[in-house]
Amino acid sequence: MIVYLLTTFLFVLGLYCLVAKKNIIKKIIGVITMEYAANLFLILVGYKARGIAPILTKGASKTEFVTKSVDPLPQALVLTAIVIGLGTIALMVALCIRLYERYGTFDMSEIRRLRG
Amino acid sequence: MTEPDEGMTLIVKTIGRLVLNFILLFGIYIILYGHLTPGGGFPGGVIVATGFILLMLSFGRRIALKKFGDLAASLLDNLGALAFLIVAFLGFVGGYFFLNFIDRGTPFDLFSAGTLPLSNIAIGLKVSASLYGVFVALAIFGKAIVGGDRTGKGKAEGEPANSQEQKG
Amino acid sequence: MLLMIFLLIFMNIGAIIAIETKYLLSSVISIGAVGFGVSIMFLLLGAPDLAITQVVVEILILIILIRGTIRLDNTAIEKYRDTFAMVASLIFFGLFLTFAYVAFKALPEFGHPLMRVSREYLQHGVERTGATNIVMSVVLDYRAYDTLGEATVLFTSIVGAFVVLRSQGRKKVGEEDTTQVGIPGDF
Repeated sequence: MIVYLLTTFLFVLGLYCLVAKKNIIKKIIGVITMEYAANLFLILVGYKARGIAPILTKGASKTEFVTKSVDPLPQALVLTAIVIGLGTIALMVALCIRLYERYGTFDMSEIRRLRG
Repeated sequence: MTEPDEGMTLIVKTIGRLVLNFILLFGIYIILYGHLTPGGGFPGGVIVATGFILLMLSFGRRIALKKFGDLAASLLDNLGALAFLIVAFLGFVGGYFFLNFIDRGTPFDLFSAGTLPLSNIAIGLKVSASLYGVFVALAIFGKAIVGGDRTGKGKAEGEPANSQEQKG
Repeated sequence: MLLMIFLLIFMNIGAIIAIETKYLLSSVISIGAVGFGVSIMFLLLGAPDLAITQVVVEILILIILIRGTIRLDNTAIEKYRDTFAMVASLIFFGLFLTFAYVAFKALPEFGHPLMRVSREYLQHGVERTGATNIVMSVVLDYRAYDTLGEATVLFTSIVGAFVVLRSQGRKKVGEEDTTQVGIPGDF
């Protein structure tokens, strides 16, 4: 339970950073933190106490593997999500570069003051 | 501000030259043995992309682009996506989409598990090419501001030199 | 278990430093510390594939953030606080934590997952797909549609980054661009 709560706290920190900070890079950092927390939470839900990785090794017995292995399904979903997160962060950084080229600053309030 | 074309110092270049081959080898190992050991197309592709990004960071943009340009990167990206789709469509040989139609083989062999290694290779190609491509895009096209004035006002004089560099 | 709690507290402290520090470079480096903490957590939780991926992706995120943004503007942020936004967001996030606590009571206890579907995968995955890495057999065989969709999302985001970054097109502005097409005026 306390593990879940700490992960949620990490998520909330990212959300706070996304909402309350003015700098765009700080906002990107908030999104990254939220992404880490979400991935970590999914893996935590699938953890089995004193479990082993869901990879069959040579000579291991099948029944022991089935009873002791952790849940492979969230791992498979999160594995792709991590790489997708990298792609979306690259897109956000590209948008930031264009904003900086246009306005010469990373500050949201400054950008709002300059145009409209 | 130093010229970003030059790359880094001699120390970084020497170590990078030594390490680069091992990084690429490790990435390819991770991709090929994905169905037996931890790894697979996604991490292996990112590792290969990291190797090429190391090349670009240490040797400068010009040498890296001569080896592997942005057109080649986007081409390989599309090729990887198409290969994955073709593997999926080949499942219609046996009846349905994404059917594992090749013989499974014995477990713990390199050539086992049917279409899984093929899909791994396709995904590794796609992920590595696309991540390298986005880094190239950040390095080339985002350069209009990196090389120019800090305030972004000196764009008019920085523009022609920039467009000429893209040609070369 | 104790190690996990310790690591999570470490990651929370790293995130707080990353959010509250004045200098952007130290902020990015702190988020790197959080990412490596996540990687070690994955290793402890029995997910070596994810640990490998997380390490490499973390390195790439640091490189992209530093090369792409910090290089342009590394000025310290001046202390400017919007008190109303801060207080309102803190209240809402306190509520969020409370509701999360209530919701977590319905979840199965930590360390005892349900695994109704996954037991099937674990039992028959090796015979049916031939892959000894069950995660890969789920990614590429049982749930390959999902992977196809994710590949599409990756493709879309990369294409978006290319389009946003490419300020001028490949074609040069020439004569043929200015000629009029369509129905001429004295038709």
